[in-house]
Amino acid sequence: MSVDQQNGNAIRAENVTRHYQMGQTVIRAVDGVTLDVRKGEFVALLGRSGSGKSTLLNLLAGLDRPNAGAIVVEGRDLSQMPPDELARYRRHTVGMVFQSFNLLPSMTLLENVELPMRFAEVERAARAERARQALEKVGLAKRMNHRPTELSGGEQQRASLARALVNQPSVLLADEPTGNLDTHTGEEIMELIRKCNDGLKMTVVLVTHERQLAEKHARRFIHLADGKVVAEGAQL
Amino acid sequence: MKAYDLVELAARNLRESILRNSLTTLGIAVGVASLVAMLSLGIGLQALASARLGRSGLFDTVVVYSRRDIASFEPGERHDTPTTTDNRELDIAARREMEKIPEVVEVYPELRFQTEVRYGDTSRFTMVAGLPLSAKQNEIFDEMQGKFFSAPEADEAILQADFAKSLDPNPTKLIGQELTLRYAERQALDSQPPNSKKSDPQQAASDWGFSVVRREKKLRIVGIAENEPFGGWRSFARGRVFIPTAVAEKLNVVQANTMRNALRTSPTAQTYSSLMVRVAAPSQVQAVQDAIKKIGFTTWSILDATRNLRRFFVILDLFLGIFGSLALAVASLGIVNTLVMAILERRREIGIMKALGASDGDVKRLFFAEAGTMGFLGGLAGVTLGWAIGRVINFGTTLYLQRQSLPPEDVWSVPWWLVGGAIGFSILVSLVSGLYPAARAARLDPVQALRYE
Repeated sequence: MSVDQQNGNAIRAENVTRHYQMGQTVIRAVDGVTLDVRKGEFVALLGRSGSGKSTLLNLLAGLDRPNAGAIVVEGRDLSQMPPDELARYRRHTVGMVFQSFNLLPSMTLLENVELPMRFAEVERAARAERARQALEKVGLAKRMNHRPTELSGGEQQRASLARALVNQPSVLLADEPTGNLDTHTGEEIMELIRKCNDGLKMTVVLVTHERQLAEKHARRFIHLADGKVVAEGAQL
Repeated sequence: MKAYDLVELAARNLRESILRNSLTTLGIAVGVASLVAMLSLGIGLQALASARLGRSGLFDTVVVYSRRDIASFEPGERHDTPTTTDNRELDIAARREMEKIPEVVEVYPELRFQTEVRYGDTSRFTMVAGLPLSAKQNEIFDEMQGKFFSAPEADEAILQADFAKSLDPNPTKLIGQELTLRYAERQALDSQPPNSKKSDPQQAASDWGFSVVRREKKLRIVGIAENEPFGGWRSFARGRVFIPTAVAEKLNVVQANTMRNALRTSPTAQTYSSLMVRVAAPSQVQAVQDAIKKIGFTTWSILDATRNLRRFFVILDLFLGIFGSLALAVASLGIVNTLVMAILERRREIGIMKALGASDGDVKRLFFAEAGTMGFLGGLAGVTLGWAIGRVINFGTTLYLQRQSLPPEDVWSVPWWLVGGAIGFSILVSLVSGLYPAARAARLDPVQALRYE
């Protein structure tokens, strides 16, 4: 067991830097960020557009690699992982929810939810059953065979959440999950996410710029500006 | 990702852009059809030539001469000049010895003579040739009315159609009828010269010569052959009346070499100008030639010519294959184009898959599976199309040959190995074409891909 795990840390980012070269200009999207997220914690990353919160989330999700620093999730340093291991990490350890839902339009909801299990090589019979259960949990039992385009934004985001949870990850990363939804529907989605945090003891990192929503559901807040952590605490 | 999931996803993706993928698959199909068409033409022609030459005995026959008789050969033929002064006669004893060589199927003399043939009141002077019994198995006659000789020593004859017409305008009527062969028999003299002291009459005849006696032989016509037999360089190819070799031998007809033999050996001794030795398989011809040379005779075969013929067909197949592959090469560019377009269109989808846990290898394999599926379907359709083209060309060829009063021929042959090989090659070409798109898709940065609209 690593020191982080002993300390109860699910995620630890240490002096993480992610710079992009845009012609002659260097964009410092994440610039020396250090943070800890404890197991089962619900943390909100707040900041204005361009503050680096989505970039940081992508780094935590293993979709991107830092230029410098270390990201340790459940005792494993993502920056040292070879690509295949990083893919396994995305498959089994984290689940992602996106602002634009990112469901595949050619597939039904059931097939969309089954997709991560195909990559995890879950047997076909078990896969269908688990996908059904996940969709039932988010209230889409009657919409399983519909395609995303036939559903409302809220329903699509619920399906996206079911897909993120179906491989039973220990960390849920949500990038502006209510950004494309009305207030009421956004609230429903946040309730579902909080249920995951409360009921399943799942670690949640939420990226949002909606302070009200964050305040209502998250237990800790990290403010980012210009790629740096500018404030952190249990109060906004 | 498991193989069946990979195939299922690939099939789903192909269905998504069904028109474009169908057109690409059709391109592959046309390429494969072109390849199959070219190669099956080469194979068909080779099979046709091999069958023809096989029936002519070119590949499995060794001609044996006495070393005394080495005369002029045609230019380009193979010579085995004697290295010793062995002047052994090509006689019955030598024939029996050759028959004992394990790989030898049969040994028979070439018997051909010009003589008079009578049918009713009609008399014709023509060429009579002896046919070995193996001629029946070798199907040397393309089309024949009636049947082949009933037995090796049956007093039966087969007539060549044109000659038969000269005897009767309706040659079919001749089958079952009798004709008479009037020929010159070589007969040993049965009297000794007055001052001879030898008592053995056979020995006396040997010393003094032979008579030429006119004989007649009645033969029943059993068949009418439309064309000349496939004889290749064997002399019966030029015959007009064919009788069993055993019957021809018994006639003891005076032949062109009779006078020459009379000067050398006993005029009544049975010697042959040449013997035809049929070997079980063309691959054994060399061994049989070596064995016959060892017992003191000169041999000739068409082995070298065969080698050249095979080389010619290998080169022909190669060139036909290259020309056929050109269309497939063009089709492979279509695959590259289709898959590169698919990457652009499915950029976001690739990003989503990576976010959900797909590895670079999974993405690469998915694109390979799509390319391979197009290759398999294109190969299957191409082979079917190629086969159909072949059937049409065979049909056309047969029709043309029939109009030319020639027997039908299959110039097109699609063997099973070509079917499997063409589909396999199509998949291989498709996979190679998918290399670049698959690598490009696998390299996609998921963050960039997810931002793509």
